[in-house]
Amino acid sequence: MLLIAVYFFGDEVNGSKRWLRIPNVIGFQPSEIMKLVLPMILAWYFHDRHLPPKKRHVFWAVVIILLPAALIVRQPDLGTALIICASGVLVLLLAGISWRFVFGTLGVGVLSAPAIWFLLQDYQQRRILTFLNPERDPLGDGWNIIQSKTAIGSGGLSGKGLFEGTQSHLDFLPESQTDFIIAVLAEELGLLGVVVLLIMYILLVGRGTIMAIQAQDTFGRLLGGTITFTFFVYVFVNIGMVSGVLPVVGVPLPLVSSGGTSILTLFSGFGILMSIHTHRRIML
Amino acid sequence: MPEALALKDHSGESRVFLERAAIGFAFFVFLTLLLVARLFYLQIIQHDVYATLSDKNRISVEAVPPVRGLIYDRNGELIADNVPSLNLTITIELVDNLDQTLAKIDDLIGLSEDEIAAFYRRLKRQHRPYEPIPVLFKLSAEEHARIAVNEYSIPGVQVAAKLVRHYPKGALMAHAVGSVRRMNESDARRLDSVAYSGTNHIGKIGVEKHYENLLLGKVGYQRVESNARGVVMQEIDSLDPVPGKNLKLHVDSSLQAAASAALGNRRGTIVAIEPATGGILALVSKPSYDPNLFVTGIDQATYAELRDSPDVPLFNRAVQGQYEPGSTIKPFLGLAGLVTGIVDTDYHITDPGWYQLPNEERLYRDWNWHASGLGGHGEVNLDKAIYRSCNVYFYNLAVKLGIDHIHDHLTLFGFGKNTALDLPEARSGLLPSAQWKRESRGLPWYPGDTVNIGIGQGDMLVTPLQLVTAVALLANRGQWRAPRMLMEGDVIVNSRSNMKDVDLVPQFVWDSIISAMEKVVHRGNQGFGENGTAWAYIGQDIPYRMAGKSGTAQVVGIRQGEEYDEEELTERQRKHAWFVAFAPIENPQIALAVLIENGGGGSAMAAPVARQVIDHYLEGIQTNQVSQR
Repeated sequence: MLLIAVYFFGDEVNGSKRWLRIPNVIGFQPSEIMKLVLPMILAWYFHDRHLPPKKRHVFWAVVIILLPAALIVRQPDLGTALIICASGVLVLLLAGISWRFVFGTLGVGVLSAPAIWFLLQDYQQRRILTFLNPERDPLGDGWNIIQSKTAIGSGGLSGKGLFEGTQSHLDFLPESQTDFIIAVLAEELGLLGVVVLLIMYILLVGRGTIMAIQAQDTFGRLLGGTITFTFFVYVFVNIGMVSGVLPVVGVPLPLVSSGGTSILTLFSGFGILMSIHTHRRIML
Repeated sequence: MPEALALKDHSGESRVFLERAAIGFAFFVFLTLLLVARLFYLQIIQHDVYATLSDKNRISVEAVPPVRGLIYDRNGELIADNVPSLNLTITIELVDNLDQTLAKIDDLIGLSEDEIAAFYRRLKRQHRPYEPIPVLFKLSAEEHARIAVNEYSIPGVQVAAKLVRHYPKGALMAHAVGSVRRMNESDARRLDSVAYSGTNHIGKIGVEKHYENLLLGKVGYQRVESNARGVVMQEIDSLDPVPGKNLKLHVDSSLQAAASAALGNRRGTIVAIEPATGGILALVSKPSYDPNLFVTGIDQATYAELRDSPDVPLFNRAVQGQYEPGSTIKPFLGLAGLVTGIVDTDYHITDPGWYQLPNEERLYRDWNWHASGLGGHGEVNLDKAIYRSCNVYFYNLAVKLGIDHIHDHLTLFGFGKNTALDLPEARSGLLPSAQWKRESRGLPWYPGDTVNIGIGQGDMLVTPLQLVTAVALLANRGQWRAPRMLMEGDVIVNSRSNMKDVDLVPQFVWDSIISAMEKVVHRGNQGFGENGTAWAYIGQDIPYRMAGKSGTAQVVGIRQGEEYDEEELTERQRKHAWFVAFAPIENPQIALAVLIENGGGGSAMAAPVARQVIDHYLEGIQTNQVSQR
């Protein structure tokens, strides 16, 4: 049964892999699908190879990550591209890539940052500064952050009460049903409400991690782990962005934000996770 | 594959995975605690600050649009100004029922379907909350009063004064300066919404378009706290907008007016250049239009009339119009002949009134060909070929030069290229070559094609701007100055053309060509068939030395199958009249090209116009010098 399931996934992955290399197709909305498909490709790539992966395999994995990411950056959708990169890196980490490699790459990146900075054009530098500090730009992104911080801060410990939020209901807060919904929650339910939500997220992530650990084959383990961890990355990036500690990138809050495609991806992810879990029992 | 499986260390793998997953999970718990700390800071420690901001007052950010840079002519006369306009706006968040509000506005001051549709389009674009969206522009005082009296019953509707572009010279400067227009959908999508917040206009044509970045300025903002009723309590902070840069152009309003008057009601164009700088002194294209119509919105009927008129007033003939150069090309071909040594100044032919290629039947006629056989110019050298505009000499010269030499030499003068620095609509004309014909038509270059090029006909096309630029290069004796509008400030250099000075031409060649062009205007009283072609029209009482050349261009604009009524047909099929000139010869102050559409003979029709314009300019310089003394 498990083999059949794996073959089933495998076919789909291989199909997607080839389909991906037709660059124009990336034009409509495969970036959402890629959030799931990329971990699948990588997990499939590693599942019959020696782990921890050899340098050669890591190299190809990086290529597999950067290819769709580059296409999505050009769409342009930096947020989704970063999420996809993150999910790819998570697969590598879970596959047991050496820490030395990870920190080495990080170190090189940090050291070369100043050099890259001086190579950039003036306007590109300005854009990055605004990106890092949106309050520089109160007519653009800064507006959202100022409003969302006001909404969160005015919520206090226990909030203004459900549907009583003034910021959100007076239309001050932009995107109040999608990316910035946590600000509404924080305003109306206060710190306690948000903490309860965070605890639920951690429980979910914890359960997902355990399911991944219990999986019997490499593919299931890697895929399950990555889906779970990517889920957390969403949560962290979204709340970080709305509360003003991370730059503004368009990332929805999983299970709370409204939005068709992201919900679909999310539930497909959970479906796969549960399937991995179910098939484990049958094999035992 | 099976070997790899056999060697896989499953227990090792799952140990590593377990370790990694545990580390990851722990890290996530840590990150979550960071988030909680951040929220604790915002919601507990800073609660009072934000609660005050949120409950008692509202913060709103208003964009403060910059003032668009002004445009002056070379004498400091204002040609693009900003004037206040009363605009009606709606702040959508304050409106209960939009349909009712719009209906009410319609009752009060009238609101057309088009205007409502335009408003909905603007509404759909991205905008910040509480940003007023414009509905109507340029309200009259009476309309303002009607709205003001009823303001209480239409919440969210406001009338505010805003600066908008105004062109004090109206149609006179339309083609020289270009204009701003209201932003449309594709502009809004393309442009930086922050830089343009509070701005409804963008430079769409000409100088206004090319220098948009300089003229726009930088947007400022004002962050204010207002109470629940929308009354501003205090300003939190603000950033003053940086006004756009003022520009000074080479254009001379008084010369522009004189040129426009000289053309009168005829369709045509005049471009005048200062040879020393390449600065454009006048750029007239007639008929013209009032650019102010576009600034505050033009109604459909007026626009359709402008767009569909057979006289194409919106078309800038000076830079977009591509015409056959006709005989005005002859001095440049003569120069090529002398430089290559294919002819010298003594070389002459006997012109019977027609030219024939070896082994071909066809007769290429001279303009004074006569069936009696008495036509033609007799014995003709280059000098006479230019001042009499002899076709047969140039048929012969063109064939001797060959298309490759012709192409190379005309390229040096900017033909076939767009060399304008800051005229975004400028076109590059067409300088045919054997390669071009092969690629575009799949046909070989025939000797007959070369014959036609000899008198500026066939496939060759130039814009009036290109032609005057080439004449200025002659006046400068080879010093290249790219044509430009901007007099002061950094010209945003256009790298499309890498034109150089023409410095390989010996001095005697310049002298010969310029002297022949001088005779076009000044050689008179020599008897029938011996005077300069333009002398009878402009050369008899001229107080300065002018070099000129006339030309007639066949009408190429008539598309096949297009229908005109009989009268229209004959008028529109008449040849275009050209005259190019520069003066004074010893110290050139002005070079110009005049084209009168369907005007007929260049010397008779276009030369007097050129003379009027040059007279005006040189008189102006003289008066200036006198008054300075």
